[in-house]
Amino acid sequence: MSRIMNWIDERIPFSNSLKLHVTQYPAPKNFNFWYIMGSLALVVLVNQIVTGIWLTMNYNPSADGAFASIEYIMRDVDYGWLLRYMHSTGASAFFVVVYLHMFRGLMYGSYQRPRELLWIFGMLIFLVLMAEAFMGYLLPWGQMSFWGAQVIISLFGAIPFVGEELTTWIRGDFVISGATLNRFFALHVIALPLVLVILVFLHLIALHEVGSNNPDGIDIKKPKGSVPDDEKAPFEFHERYTAKKDIVDAIPFHPYYTVKDLVGLAGFLILFAWVIFFAPTMGGFFLEPPNFQAADPMKTPEHIAPVWYFTPFYAILRAIPDKLFGVIAMFLAIVFLFLMPWWDRCKVRSVRYRSTLHKVNLTVFVISFIALGYLGVKPATDVYTIMARIFTFLYFAFFIVMWFYSKNERTKPLPERVTK
Amino acid sequence: MIKRFLLALALLLPSVAFAAGYSGPLDRADHDLSDKASLQRGAQLYMNYCLACHSMQYQRYSRTFDDLDIPQELGEELLQFTNEPGGHKTSAIDGDAAAEWFGLTPPDLTMVARVRGADFIYTYLRSFYADDSRPFGVNNDVFENVGMPHVLEELQGTPRRVEEQRMVDGEMKDVYVGIRADGNGTMSPEEFDQAMLDLTNFLVYTGEPMILERQRMGYFVIGFLIVFLILTILLKKEYWRDIK
Amino acid sequence: MSNAPVDKGRRRFLTVATSVVGGAGAVAAAVPFIASWNPSARARIAGAPVEMKIDKIEPGQLVRTEWRGSPVWVIRRTPEMLESLSLTDDEVRDPESEQPQQPEYAKNKHRSIDPEWFVAVGVCTHLGCSPQFLPRNFGDMDGVDSGFFCPCHGSRFDIAGRVFQGVPAPTNLVVPPYYFIDDATILIGEDEGAA
Repeated sequence: MSRIMNWIDERIPFSNSLKLHVTQYPAPKNFNFWYIMGSLALVVLVNQIVTGIWLTMNYNPSADGAFASIEYIMRDVDYGWLLRYMHSTGASAFFVVVYLHMFRGLMYGSYQRPRELLWIFGMLIFLVLMAEAFMGYLLPWGQMSFWGAQVIISLFGAIPFVGEELTTWIRGDFVISGATLNRFFALHVIALPLVLVILVFLHLIALHEVGSNNPDGIDIKKPKGSVPDDEKAPFEFHERYTAKKDIVDAIPFHPYYTVKDLVGLAGFLILFAWVIFFAPTMGGFFLEPPNFQAADPMKTPEHIAPVWYFTPFYAILRAIPDKLFGVIAMFLAIVFLFLMPWWDRCKVRSVRYRSTLHKVNLTVFVISFIALGYLGVKPATDVYTIMARIFTFLYFAFFIVMWFYSKNERTKPLPERVTK
Repeated sequence: MIKRFLLALALLLPSVAFAAGYSGPLDRADHDLSDKASLQRGAQLYMNYCLACHSMQYQRYSRTFDDLDIPQELGEELLQFTNEPGGHKTSAIDGDAAAEWFGLTPPDLTMVARVRGADFIYTYLRSFYADDSRPFGVNNDVFENVGMPHVLEELQGTPRRVEEQRMVDGEMKDVYVGIRADGNGTMSPEEFDQAMLDLTNFLVYTGEPMILERQRMGYFVIGFLIVFLILTILLKKEYWRDIK
Repeated sequence: MSNAPVDKGRRRFLTVATSVVGGAGAVAAAVPFIASWNPSARARIAGAPVEMKIDKIEPGQLVRTEWRGSPVWVIRRTPEMLESLSLTDDEVRDPESEQPQQPEYAKNKHRSIDPEWFVAVGVCTHLGCSPQFLPRNFGDMDGVDSGFFCPCHGSRFDIAGRVFQGVPAPTNLVVPPYYFIDDATILIGEDEGAA
């Protein structure tokens, strides 16, 4: 066994990489519940890729055959229904996990220096994930697939001068058609997953370069020579990490966080399996009822709502009474998140040690996001539109207000070492 | 116990409302997918009264016979009017001709229960009423100006909207109390309700023929995962005793 | 590090137990993925038994049909053809049909239920080409006029589908399950009474 390992290690840095990133990677010992989302996202990504490959084996990417081929998978292929529900539930689970992961980042200031690039890679993953989900949703070729895509693609029509040509170009036809379906299929199964995997890789490389943040938001890597030996973390870490720094309050990722993440995984799988086996449509939120009807270009369903994970942004779009500005607002909602490291000028990371104003601001932001998500599935009545405007305002206010108060924020004193 | 709990959770889910255009109250369809006799009666109703116009193109005859405990040969003889044994249930009607008669091609109903929900179907089937202003002489309480004739009239009898004198705010007024059949049908009102429940049950089945298998598998998977969860918690605690 | 001594046994036990249960779960999770490669309901129905009318087939004639996507031959053998089987007995690899290439009821010299009617899957047991039926001019052997010849790699079979020695094909042609519904009809793909 060890001879084989030696043979491999002389040719690629296998054991070294394993130590560097897994068995001798120093992770802060005070990770809490919120820190399992990253590894869960990875699990869901693998689930999506594997079930996606299997679905491709029986799916027919054509306007004539797509809808029937989904029912073929559901009815004629052994366990096809399970593969399909794993994939459709996985799509929603991905967003649940990613939204919680992002919220964790906001709470504990994980976007702050030196983790700006880590945050940006993460945001890029989020962006690609949305494109991936959107294109995937067209593939079943049901009524919601068709009309949802129709609405979203029409957004590009708001762009001055080139809008109309651009939408026609994206569709490859004057309406959504087989041409659109085929290009979305190609992007959904090959191009975007490839980009996604590369971005996830970069995200992890960036994470391990700067090191993980923690709920206290303080550094566990102290200047070399500043920590007496008996204060240092009593584990062997890779020399890449110990050469220039003294490490405190850290534990190796493996076995301590692998076993902890395993608990998170088991808990997550119970919820995941519950949805798959007992509520695969999740009351119409994960699979929308009109999508069990084949696409009909002549007849719009009476109420179109995007899938739940897009609704916060969709609500912002609808809140603005102008097509162009609505689209701009929707994109800005994401751009503002990208710029998080620069809105927040505070030096303290974790919400635990920040001002009450910041806590309130973050809470209002989360409420606004959830409220917008709720409003996005509802029809746009007068009352709902006014509420959507208020919450849109609060959404953007989060960033702007923070930029002003965070420069000279009254923070609490930071602890020297991480707390339990 | 756990089974009930898991199922109950699923029922508690809020559902985004959908019944096209209609948002009033619906009667609850208390159907039971494990009731094979009900499904068989529903299948028979569908074959006799619906299939002529409404295809069920994603559901195979042979699958239906298997799942409903109908012997293949008996099913082919009594229930199968179109296509090959393993084939899909196509309708007898020509789509273009139908579009001319009814104003649109009668939709495929394989997954209608997934689109509209069981309650809507159950209520809809029992909400036809005579209305001479309509081309087929009937209208529907939950589907205004429906383009479909009341094909079940021979079973139900002619249904009419009934109004009664009631006290409202101290005045006697005509109040709409519901739809009553005139008694000329071959079924009593209770029999008709049961028949419609059977038909609804069948449509829920065809929408997702693997529901029962799915749930059965779910108990095993979740049971297994709970064992796994307990083990991982113990394992995690054991390792984390190292950490101060 | 905590001062409490590590209970190595308990730790090892829990690690093994979790790994075993997790591994079992992974294996179970693989089942749907593997099972989904089985023929689907559509393929199974397409592979259902095929009924064929045989009353119009003349002696010495071969008629093809398709079953599970492969050609199936039905040949009405002439008395001369049947006689030639005695001559080829010594020349073929498996004269008694010991290899399970046929249902029990076709494990005989003429490899069929009724000697007159020969039913076989027309796929060479070498690499899957479909051999040619040669009703005459089969070869040099006296009294053996007919047989099958695979153009791909030159394998030869006698009129009961028995493979000759010294050719690439290893086994006799496959005889599918079949039975006679009546004198004029044959059902290919199912044993009698299997339903």
